[in-house]
Amino acid sequence: MSARTPYVIKGETGDWELVMGLEVHAQVSSNAKLFSGAATAFGADPNCNVSLVDAAMPGMLPVINKFCVEQAIRTGLGLKAQINTYSRFDRKNYFYPDLPQGYQISQFAHPIVGEGEIDVDVEPAHGGDAYSFPCRIERLHLEQDAGKSIHDMDPNSTYVDLNRSGVALMEIVSMPDVRSPAEAAAYVKKLRAIVIALGTCDGDMEKGNLRADVNVSVCRPGQYEKFRETGDFNHLGTRCELKNMNSFRFIQQAIEYEARRQIEILEDGGKIDQETRLFDPVKVETRSMRSKEDAHDYRYFPDPDLLPLEVEQAWIEEIRASLPELPDEKRARFEADYSLSRYDAGVLSADAEKADFFEEVAKGRDPKLAANWVTQELFGYLNKQDIDLADSPVSAASLGGLIELIANDTISGKIAKDVFARMIEGEGEAAEIVEKHGLKQVTDTGAIEAVVDEIIAANPEQVAQVKEKPKTMGWFVGQVMKASGGKANPKAVNDILKAKLGL
Amino acid sequence: MTELTKLTLAAALDGLKAKEFSSREITQQFVDAIEGARTLNAYVVETPEKALAMADASDAKLAKGEGGKLEGAPLGIKDLYCTKGVRTTACSSILGEFTPTYESTVTQNLWDEGAVMLGKLNMDEFAMGSSNETSRFGPVVNPWRRKGDNRDLTPGGSSGGSAAAVAGDLCLAATASDTGGSIRQPAAFTGTVGIKPTYGRASRYGMVAFASSLDQAGPISKTVEDSAILLEAMCSHDMKDSTSLNVETPDWRSDVSKGVKGMRIGIPKEYRMDGMSAEIDKLWEQGIEWLKVAGAEIVDISLPHTKYALPAYYIVAPAEASSNLARYDGMRYGARVDGDNLTATYEGTRAGGFGAEVQRRLMIGTYVLSSGYYDAYYLRAQKVRTKILNDFVDAFDSCDAILTPTCPSPAFAFGEKSGDPVEMYLNDVFTVTANLAGLPGISVPAGLSDSGLPLGLQVIGKALDEAACFRVGGELERAAGFVAKADKWW
Repeated sequence: MSARTPYVIKGETGDWELVMGLEVHAQVSSNAKLFSGAATAFGADPNCNVSLVDAAMPGMLPVINKFCVEQAIRTGLGLKAQINTYSRFDRKNYFYPDLPQGYQISQFAHPIVGEGEIDVDVEPAHGGDAYSFPCRIERLHLEQDAGKSIHDMDPNSTYVDLNRSGVALMEIVSMPDVRSPAEAAAYVKKLRAIVIALGTCDGDMEKGNLRADVNVSVCRPGQYEKFRETGDFNHLGTRCELKNMNSFRFIQQAIEYEARRQIEILEDGGKIDQETRLFDPVKVETRSMRSKEDAHDYRYFPDPDLLPLEVEQAWIEEIRASLPELPDEKRARFEADYSLSRYDAGVLSADAEKADFFEEVAKGRDPKLAANWVTQELFGYLNKQDIDLADSPVSAASLGGLIELIANDTISGKIAKDVFARMIEGEGEAAEIVEKHGLKQVTDTGAIEAVVDEIIAANPEQVAQVKEKPKTMGWFVGQVMKASGGKANPKAVNDILKAKLGL
Repeated sequence: MTELTKLTLAAALDGLKAKEFSSREITQQFVDAIEGARTLNAYVVETPEKALAMADASDAKLAKGEGGKLEGAPLGIKDLYCTKGVRTTACSSILGEFTPTYESTVTQNLWDEGAVMLGKLNMDEFAMGSSNETSRFGPVVNPWRRKGDNRDLTPGGSSGGSAAAVAGDLCLAATASDTGGSIRQPAAFTGTVGIKPTYGRASRYGMVAFASSLDQAGPISKTVEDSAILLEAMCSHDMKDSTSLNVETPDWRSDVSKGVKGMRIGIPKEYRMDGMSAEIDKLWEQGIEWLKVAGAEIVDISLPHTKYALPAYYIVAPAEASSNLARYDGMRYGARVDGDNLTATYEGTRAGGFGAEVQRRLMIGTYVLSSGYYDAYYLRAQKVRTKILNDFVDAFDSCDAILTPTCPSPAFAFGEKSGDPVEMYLNDVFTVTANLAGLPGISVPAGLSDSGLPLGLQVIGKALDEAACFRVGGELERAAGFVAKADKWW
């Protein structure tokens, strides 16, 4: 693990740094909506998962879904955050056709979850060393999602699908602790890993079930430290909010573009207008959505249809007791129990499915070897082919079988890669493939000696040369391996060659 | 043929049970009476076929000696209650021909007890008004007229249709609703009884919302006992309304005859307002005297924040309304006025669909919730509300119920107050406090004004102590012996 170094952007007039806070909207995993009994299943026909409450029919009233509250508390506990036994729902008033009530029920003044903190593991994109940093969470609150306006079905009309209307969202707001595009992506990745591990959000970003708004500002080196000392935002630049990003790549691209845009304006003597901006992934740029002047006056006030939400401490403790192992705890265990590096432990613990896979491979076997094969060979292959771990052609048990053959010197690591490729092709278990193709490593020193003798006899010039330059022994190793079809045990080959050549 | 329409609800239920007449007979008489009383404009939807079908079903049950507590009793329903398959518009143009596919909890409770629906009753648009003049269907006319004067009078509001229908024998009793006095003031104006129960007693599910934290269902009826019968049937704990109270509904009917011996009755000095007419003052004194004679102890009490109640009410109620009525945007149901773009459609729909008074309150409500004004208006009004509640809590240390006039004046003629909204709002001065504090309040007719119009006295009880309202209300009713009816001129 290396230290966190400032992410610096070189400008015409000097260096700049980035300051960001994120708002992540995570759809609560729940079969029913936040205030109605309607289903939340994705992909239903338009306007089929809509209750009278979701459509805001006259006289309809919201009733809180206890399970959604439980999920929010569970998430808060996963964020090591304060759970507020008293919270309250407010109405955020604005008109839009996909907002049937004319207001969104949200938690403005009193959120259910207060301050927390998570450790974020960063793997810089441009080859820097991996590191981790603490990111403070400001709050988490529950709110309703709106419906969906569909503008492209008809040139003159907008269609509205209310299936999402009233679905429960958790808005998770970070403090301005994020300092680079990679950190922003890593923060969202970490949050995603936590909510998936908790089972409180499925983390499906493609479906928009987890999406991020990023507040981006730039400042000169040193200013951020002054802000942290004083809490005075005047030390920081004016921020712009980049809305609704649902991929790690987009988040980084949008921030990189936005930082450049702001720096250019400032270096030209301009000032940043506080505004909301949208990222266009095709043009790779952000564009203004609405300025602060256009901002709605949401006229927040406590929703008189709902009582304040008061939860018992005993219930919170019950939920705490039922929490699964979280990514950070898992990473610590992997470091301790399997002697993995923090980085490998981080990669393997980030997602429960990967972690379970790894643990099955590593069980009773060499954990470092297992970690290397899982992260490098298997994940490398799956990533390249864009295959989900669940659909891996090589099971954990099969990969474990291969690792056993390496560990007991039946095959070399090099041969193992060949065997692995054949396993992917569906040739069967490692042991069968080794048997079938005669790939067993030759450890019989007699057989290797015979080959070595043959090669020494046939190449007197090289023998003379190797006495002068011992480094050329590699050529002999290559010849022996070639003659053995790669099956000779490399260590044995080395030892015998050294002895015979008198090195 | 006996005029069954003149019966009280209690007497009609007895007659039905004793098979002295059938539900069809009494229902048919009401159907005919309603048809003959269209001048009053009490009903905005008449449902005679439905009524007779329900009556027949009730008769079948009654024949077998079965049936609920209201079996076969024809009732009128305020147009605020969503009724499945029957147009419900809260008397606003913006709801167009909206016909719910669902039933409000309160009306469902009535049908479950065997009640018969005669139709939907006129009201002020979205219950915003004290004279029924804001209804899309025009005002309801009070069956009562001043002595020697043929001018039409208001039945009060917003439940003007409910009050006029009960006073004019167009139903045995009616549902109503009360946000700032909308049950009690029309009851006082029409010589009928009306009670607003404790906030949370009756479910608001399926009631078109005006101000969620103040709205409460209740009955208007001919007698205190009838109100007890109907209120018992209306109330229930409802999981579909988060503010519904999980409490048992007591047997209020038996409280009506219990008397007030030993009860301490509070008389708030702040309700003696400057400019209050002498006849109202006299009526109040009379009420105090009756209760004293009946064995109650009269206690002077103080509700010091009373003068802030009306301003606080006219901030809180419009604020909630401005948000509650945002859903009427012409997008999913009701009337829509199409414009060239979304904003124009919103503006056209809402400007065309809401009447002037509703628009006024939506603008007030939007204003008081706006950034920069919220603290000065809405937040401060909520603090006043807490003070008013505390006033009552303190006062109830020394008394069991509070006696006040229901309204500062008897019924007035159309146009007399509609020119000045503030003068109209003053109608609610004695009634809004109970809404702000969530307390039960009943209005009982206690006498006639010099001009021959009914006047009401109000009894405010502790939270969940409707029983006290019924005990005191019952005593006032007996003492007053109020039997006057409007002469049938329609």
